[in-house]
Amino acid sequence: MSRITKTFERLAEEGKKALIPYITAGDPDKATTVPMMHALVEAGADVIELGVPFSDPMADGPTIQLACERSLKHGTSLRDVLGMVAEFRKTDKRTAVVLMGYLNPVEAMGYPEFVEQASAAGVDGVLVVDMPPEEARSVDSMFEEAGLDLIYLLAPTSTERRIKTIGEVGRGYVYYVSLRGVTGSAAIDVEDVERNLDHIRQHVKAPLCVGFGIQNAEAAARVSEVCDGVIVGSALVSRIADQADNPVQAIKDVTGLAGSMREAMDANAAAEA
Amino acid sequence: MSINTTEKQATDFNVEMPDADGHFGIFGGRFVSETLTAALDELQETYEKLRNDPDFQAEFDKELAHYVGRPSPLYFAERLTEECGGAKIYLKREDLNHTGAHKVNNTIGQALLAKFMGKKKVIAETGAGQHGVASATVAARFGLECKVFMGSTDVERQKLNVYRMKLLGAEVESVTCGTKTLKDAMNEAMRHWVTNVDDTFYIIGTAAGPHPYPMLVRDFQSIIGRETQRQCDEQIGRQPDAVVACVGGGSNAIGMFHPYIKYPEVEMYGVEAGGLGLEGDDHAAPLSKGKPGVLHGNRTYLMEDENGQIMGTHSVSAGLDYPGVGPEHSWLKDVGRAKYVAATDDEAIDAFHKLTRLEGIMPALESSHAIAYAMKLAATMDKDKVIVVNLSGRGDKDIHTIAELDGVTA
Ligand SMILES: Cc1ncc(COP(=O)(O)O)c(C=O)c1O
Repeated sequence: MSRITKTFERLAEEGKKALIPYITAGDPDKATTVPMMHALVEAGADVIELGVPFSDPMADGPTIQLACERSLKHGTSLRDVLGMVAEFRKTDKRTAVVLMGYLNPVEAMGYPEFVEQASAAGVDGVLVVDMPPEEARSVDSMFEEAGLDLIYLLAPTSTERRIKTIGEVGRGYVYYVSLRGVTGSAAIDVEDVERNLDHIRQHVKAPLCVGFGIQNAEAAARVSEVCDGVIVGSALVSRIADQADNPVQAIKDVTGLAGSMREAMDANAAAEA
Repeated sequence: MSINTTEKQATDFNVEMPDADGHFGIFGGRFVSETLTAALDELQETYEKLRNDPDFQAEFDKELAHYVGRPSPLYFAERLTEECGGAKIYLKREDLNHTGAHKVNNTIGQALLAKFMGKKKVIAETGAGQHGVASATVAARFGLECKVFMGSTDVERQKLNVYRMKLLGAEVESVTCGTKTLKDAMNEAMRHWVTNVDDTFYIIGTAAGPHPYPMLVRDFQSIIGRETQRQCDEQIGRQPDAVVACVGGGSNAIGMFHPYIKYPEVEMYGVEAGGLGLEGDDHAAPLSKGKPGVLHGNRTYLMEDENGQIMGTHSVSAGLDYPGVGPEHSWLKDVGRAKYVAATDDEAIDAFHKLTRLEGIMPALESSHAIAYAMKLAATMDKDKVIVVNLSGRGDKDIHTIAELDGVTA
């Protein structure tokens, strides 16, 4: 069983929902990423989505675009990111790590080398924003054999047929994009999300996690009521942007927000139980 | 048509490309986020229907005839031919189209699609501003609201075209992320589209992007090659030995090439921007110097660093300044059906002056790359051979660039 699946099973037993923070690797600098990952675990993260910076992040809003630019200024490469995961794994065997990014850096490294190195580094899942299941068919089994869960997105506009397809091929969890737009665009509409997730659950057995537009602890708590995990990206990354010259403070601010989300989500779950 | 159709190479060029999922061999496809999939599905379904719909085709043809001014002439460049001392050089005069370039063939087609789909707003990306102007033009023609995304560097470089778009009623949005040029304008247009798919149609300006764009842009631009075939028959009594076109994203080139793909006796040359020379990094020649990767929704040759990050490009002509290329060209390169070469900034500028002085035709700097290579090629061929060059646009927009290079303040 993959570390991601184990995590969701454990959380289900504990009656909790997953907190999944996203940060861009190498932002604001390479040395800060691993300490920030550990600090996020301290603050209550169950899975970490680690962004692989790309020069052309087409599906991201300005906050994550700028994070990519800050990271690429130091030349952060996919190899560097794999090195960070390996470093993190030396002392954390429990927290699942998902690489999130765009396909071209993977194509440049080559699929066989990528899956081998990612697996060796201790990566658990891979979410390639611009690789839908139709285009993954020829490489899908390589990821599976290397023990990497290929995680897919679903959107409010996804058709019944696609929901079924992703229900069949998606592993680890499914990332539901809560709104029409790019990352960091607007605040989330929980009722709308709930309606859509009810529908999606008919075809998708994997845990359903919701991201895009979750900006504070209250929103995280409310969203967590209707899904299995809450993904927080731009809200954290903008804290890093504010303290880009002061990585120590950036870690404090990021974990402060993540911690408040953890607390609010757990309080909510306890109240429901 | 006086073309020998029996000859074939290992690849069967009579098979229609792309496949149902938009692949040209390993190239093309649809590498986009889930958030765009429904919009692309809708576009694909609509286009499949309209592609063979006689009413749609009739409306397209009517616009091309009466609004764009087609057919564009096929012109024998007698003095240029003499200068080169070899093959006869003919020019396909896309510069004489309304708005001064081939771009309008495509924007008319896509605006009609928008109309059929009931979308009231269109968006476009632009580098030099040519596609932006062509989009703003058809938006005015069809009464659509138009927003054009343009890198802030290009907004600065192409002030006149920015003003033109505004006169036509379009809003120009300056894009400040990344390299602040064409590729970033395309990223931003995609982002806007994701957020506004319900009422917005995205008019992509070249034969690239996710399926079905490379196919539909090619179809709309193929009028260039089809007219050329007919005009060659009528004017020369045979087809050319070679066709030559410049390649930015590849739309004018694929428009010329596509109808010729199944006739292997016609050689095809795509001319990329060699910039300061292919030895360094200051060029925009992904087919000549890049490698396959994925950008803007399709797999194709790209200019990228060893880590897969997309590189900045350089060309004297803003319209060729793009790190990728349409996927059909990548396929044509790999199966060996077309050859891709490069002309440097200096060669293009020289060709600009030659054509201006010898024929009284001022070519766009993009098209000047095709002229530059055709001149070299003609010199190596016998006098009874024929080359057709796609003169994709006129040079008015580039006069300030030429003037600056000459130290003239125009
Ligand atoms: C006159 C002209 N030719 C060629 C191009 C290059 O585009 P494509 O390769 O899509 O034809 C442009 C782009 O702006 C152009 O304006």
